[in-house]
Amino acid sequence: MTATENFRTMSRRDLRLELEELYAEYVACLDEERFEEWPEFFTDDAVYRIIPRENFERGLPIATLHCESKGYLKDRVVAIRQTMVYAPRYMRRLVSNIRIIGWQDDGLEVRANYAAFETLRDELTRVFSVGRCHDTLVDVGGSLKFKAKLVIFDSELIPNSLIYPL
Amino acid sequence: MVVRHQWPKEGISRIPYWVYTDPEIYAREQERIFCGRSWAYVALEAEIPAPGDFKRSSIGDKPVVVVRDDAGHINVVENRCAHRGVQFCQKHLGHATEFMCPYHQWTYNLQGDLIGLPFRRGLKQQGGMPADFELKPHGLRKLQVTTRHGVVFASFADDVEPLEEFIGLEMLKLFDRVFDGRELEVLGYSRQLIPANWKLMFENIKDPYHASLLHVFLVTFGLFRADNPSEVRVDKTGRHGALISWRGEQQRTADNAEIKSLLENFTLQDPSMLQPVREFPEYTVVMTTLWPNLIIQQQSNTLAMRQLVTKGPEAFELAWTFFGYRGEPEDMRQRRIRQANLMGPAGFVSADDSEVIKFIQDGIRQCPAGKGVMEMGGRGWQESEAHMVTEGAIRSFYDYYRRVMEL
Repeated sequence: MTATENFRTMSRRDLRLELEELYAEYVACLDEERFEEWPEFFTDDAVYRIIPRENFERGLPIATLHCESKGYLKDRVVAIRQTMVYAPRYMRRLVSNIRIIGWQDDGLEVRANYAAFETLRDELTRVFSVGRCHDTLVDVGGSLKFKAKLVIFDSELIPNSLIYPL
Repeated sequence: MVVRHQWPKEGISRIPYWVYTDPEIYAREQERIFCGRSWAYVALEAEIPAPGDFKRSSIGDKPVVVVRDDAGHINVVENRCAHRGVQFCQKHLGHATEFMCPYHQWTYNLQGDLIGLPFRRGLKQQGGMPADFELKPHGLRKLQVTTRHGVVFASFADDVEPLEEFIGLEMLKLFDRVFDGRELEVLGYSRQLIPANWKLMFENIKDPYHASLLHVFLVTFGLFRADNPSEVRVDKTGRHGALISWRGEQQRTADNAEIKSLLENFTLQDPSMLQPVREFPEYTVVMTTLWPNLIIQQQSNTLAMRQLVTKGPEAFELAWTFFGYRGEPEDMRQRRIRQANLMGPAGFVSADDSEVIKFIQDGIRQCPAGKGVMEMGGRGWQESEAHMVTEGAIRSFYDYYRRVMEL
C-alpha cells in the first residue's frame, strides 16, 4: 500500500489527527519565526496567496501576497530576513475549526479559520488579521504538504503592513 | 494664527512637525484642501460600468458615493442622508435603482435628488411634514464630477478649474501615458491603515532620495536607483509631482558605490516574480502624486491607483486599486499579478514605506515644535530636475500647501 493510499484510506478520525498535528507544526514554525523551515510545508509547485475577502468574492486576481512556487516562498523569507525594513514584532496565530472537505483530484481539501495577533514594541497586542484558509494537501513521501494555501482575510484594513506570513 | 502655527523662518526647506499632528491644521486641511478648489480622485469608470452601478469612496474624511445614472452620467454625492445624516450606502460596490436611507426611508434618485419620504402627508390626517415642505432643497449634497480616460474625479467646490488645467500640461502627458483611452480592468483591491499623517505618504512618493537607500529590492534589481537616468517633475503650481526613472543593472559601479542596499549577489529563487517587459514609452517607472489624494503607480508592469483617505491627523487609509487593460494578453496580466508582490501592505518595496512612515509619526508626535530638514537638492524647487538626489518635489508641495492653508 502506497503512502497516498494510506492517507486516502485512513479513517476520518486519524486523518483529523494528522491535520491537527500538521497545522500545529505549521503555526509553531511561523510563531517561532523559523521562516527558513516554512517553505518545507509546501510542494515545489505550491500556490500560496493571502488575499482580501473582497477580491476573493469578486473573483479578482490580485493578492496581498502572491506566491506560485516554493521559490516564491523562499524569496519572501530572504526579503523578511535581509531586504525589508520593518518594526520588530511578535505574531501569534490560532488555527481552528479545521474542516475536512474531502479528497478531490488535486488532493485533500481542507478549510480552517484563523486569527493572527500582532504585538509591536510599546503597544498593546492587537488582532492583526482574521479569516479562513482554503487548503489543498497532497502526500509527498509519506507526509502531507500544502499544494495550495489560500488565506482569505475578512479584515477590511491591514494594520499598517503585512510582514510575516500567515 | 496662534504662535504655534508659525512656519519656520527658513521657509519650505523646513517642515514643522505640527502639520502632522495638530487637529486644527487637520480640520483646516479638510476644509481648504479636500473640500477646496481641487479635483479629488474617487473611482475608475471600470468599477461602475453599467447604469445603477455605484462605488463608495471618500474625499479626505468625507464619505461619498460614485454612481452611474440611467443616462450613463457619473454622479458623486455625499454619503449622508439629508434627513439625519445617516451614511446610507454601506457597500463598497453595488448596484441600485435608487438610494433609500434605512432609518426613515428617505429615498433619492441616482442624481441625488430626494424623490420621496414615507408619511409626508401624515397618517389619518395626523402628523406629516409641514404643508410647505419641499423635496427639492433636501437632496443629497452633489459634487462636481469630471472624468478623463476612465478616471473619475470629484470636487466639493463649484468654481474649480477644468481638470486638464488643474493637472497641468506636463503632468497630463504622464497621466495620459497610462490612461491612454484604453478600457481599464480592475485586478483587485488592497486597503491598509497607516498610523501616520497623510502628507507623509505624499512626501514619500515625492522623494526619490529615500528610494535609493531604503528599498533594497528596488535598488538591487535596478528598478529605481539614484544612478539610473531619472527626472523629478512638478507642475507649475508645485502641488503635483512625478518621479520618473529608467531601469538600471544589478551591478556595482562608481556611481552607486554609496548605496549600501545594493546586494549584488541577491538572486531570486523564482525569477518569474520579476520579469518586467517594456510596456510604455520612454520611462520604466513613473510615480505620480496628484493633489489632493492620489498616487498613480506605474512601476514596470504594475499599475495602481493609491487613494489617500484621511482618518484624523495621525492616520490614513491607503486604498489600492490595481488595474490592467481589458482584453490584454494573459501573460501581461500574470506579470501584473506577480509584480504586485512589490506593492501594497506586504510589498517588498511598499511595506518598507508604511513601516518607516509610522516610525516618523512615532518620532515627531511628542515634539510639535520640531521641524524636518529638506535641503537635499537645494532650498527651493523647479519644474524639472534630471536626477534623484533631491527633495525638490516635497518643497514644491509645501510651497503650494502653505498658500492654500495660509500658513
